[in-house]
Amino acid sequence: MKAVEVHNISMKYQSLNGEITALKDIGFSVQDGEFVSIVGPSGCGKSTLLSIISGLLSPSSGTVWLSGEKVTGTSGKIGYMLQKDHLFNWRTIWQNVMLGLEIRKAVTQEAKERARILLKTYGLYEFKNRYPDQLSGGMRQRAALIRTLVTDPQILLLDEAFSALDYQTRLAVNDDIYSIIKKENRTAILVTHDISESISMADRIIVLSKRPGMVKNIHEIKLSCSNRTPLNCREAPEFRHYFQEIWKELDVHV
Amino acid sequence: MFEDEEENIPAISQALNISLERQEYLRRERFGKISVRMTQILLLVLALVLWEIMADAKIIDPFITSQPSRIVKTIVQLYKEGVLFYHIGITCLETIVGFTLGTLLGTFLAVILWWSKFISKVAEPYLVILNSLPKIALGPVFLVWIGAGPASIIVMTLAISLIVTILEVLNGFWGIDQEKIKLVQTFGGNKFQVLTKVVLPASFPTIINALKINVGLSWVGVIVGEFLVSKAGLGYLIIYGGQVFKLDLVMTSVIILGVAAAIMYQGVVYLERLLVKNNDLKY
Ligand SMILES: Nc1ncnc2c1ncn2[C@@H]1O[C@H](COP(=O)(O)OP(=O)(O)OP(=O)(O)O)[C@@H](O)[C@H]1O
Ligand SMILES: [Mg+2]
Repeated sequence: MKAVEVHNISMKYQSLNGEITALKDIGFSVQDGEFVSIVGPSGCGKSTLLSIISGLLSPSSGTVWLSGEKVTGTSGKIGYMLQKDHLFNWRTIWQNVMLGLEIRKAVTQEAKERARILLKTYGLYEFKNRYPDQLSGGMRQRAALIRTLVTDPQILLLDEAFSALDYQTRLAVNDDIYSIIKKENRTAILVTHDISESISMADRIIVLSKRPGMVKNIHEIKLSCSNRTPLNCREAPEFRHYFQEIWKELDVHV
Repeated sequence: MFEDEEENIPAISQALNISLERQEYLRRERFGKISVRMTQILLLVLALVLWEIMADAKIIDPFITSQPSRIVKTIVQLYKEGVLFYHIGITCLETIVGFTLGTLLGTFLAVILWWSKFISKVAEPYLVILNSLPKIALGPVFLVWIGAGPASIIVMTLAISLIVTILEVLNGFWGIDQEKIKLVQTFGGNKFQVLTKVVLPASFPTIINALKINVGLSWVGVIVGEFLVSKAGLGYLIIYGGQVFKLDLVMTSVIILGVAAAIMYQGVVYLERLLVKNNDLKY
């Protein structure tokens, strides 16, 4: 079953100074439970693509289907994680985690219970009455993930969700979030600038060309490592090979 | 406030076994604070004493400059006549109504301008002109339109504070991180939810700040209003005292005004600390 199907998407931004073609004829699909990563040069339209998939933005042409349903607006199936955690300083961690449910008017006993379990599982339950500025970067990112997960999304869109973290924390949060996503059997699309991050986490990598973004290549990632966690997989023998290939395709002339 | 610290610091330093250098540092800090406060009090006392003596010695004419003992006498007399708190009360009430209304109405109008790009674009030149107009010039107009009463005075304070509030708060709204708004939208939030979940709470410090500015502006509006309307209040006492050449009354009213304004400002600062505890500006 296809969780996401992107068909012939093109996107032009209009302004008084002219028009920018951000995306051109993008097409791909993502299977249920699959972890797909999108890489591409800066400004090639990655964030635009996620916004279109989430229904926040409607494309100039083309269609997106989520589990066979055509996207016309935002959907409860999608959980969207942005680059920064954007926890609200005026809300406690608990209140932050409940934000999505409040907006969707879905604050039920079960939902609260789910939030409690998620907070306990990811070591934030004792901090639920704290304010975000009392938490470390990694904890905040986990709180942001829980805020997304309590709304029970089938598909997670991660837009450089880890790039605000320092390298050490980032590797740890990668592992955390990867295991959460796999355990809960969610579908994920991760946009990143970090080739290593994308190889270590993704089942498939979609490489976009520079603007206007088009699909340049799609890589199946098959790594031989015993315990499939992003950190372990960085040691896999195939890792370098993928890295070099994608690096070449990204065509970064320094 | 520093009286508490004065008692606490040595106790804490002993309890925590703080190093000698630190004790010395804390002692010097405390000494510095005390000397500043002492000098402030001394200056005030000196000025008052000098004022009193010079007036007694007829170096300055107490009929024109008044003098501290006469001011005290005037306060006592106003109190005995039973009008002291009446005038203070009226002026304070008008001011409080003025800045509360100014802040609420200003925030409400800012919300409308934020909501509709079209309305805000249309309103822009008018706001710019109104903002640069000296609003006091409108006083006589309000007097004719609304009549000589508290309503005119409140409208005067609104005229002074409203535009500034709108611009200030609207700027706060526009300065909010777009990604925070996007976050609410990713959960399917509509414009009203963007307003209530992000825009208003994130702008809370800005609104409190506008309130602080409005306290000062409202005093100006109220006093000018009372000058024009001349029925009651401290502004009325000042104008009346000037007209009948009772400078004692004028000076007394000005001093009471200063004290009342300072107390009210401190009240708002206290309110701010109470409300903005977990809402610091670094979002
Ligand atoms: N609202 C907008 N109006 C006009 N142009 C836009 C808008 N949003 C994005 N663009 C342009 O579209 C192009 C793609 O933007 P987008 O943010 O999707 O790229 P990106 O791949 O996410 O970039 P980055 O890697 O820097 O995050 C950019 O050239 C950008 O300038
Ligand atoms: Mg982007």
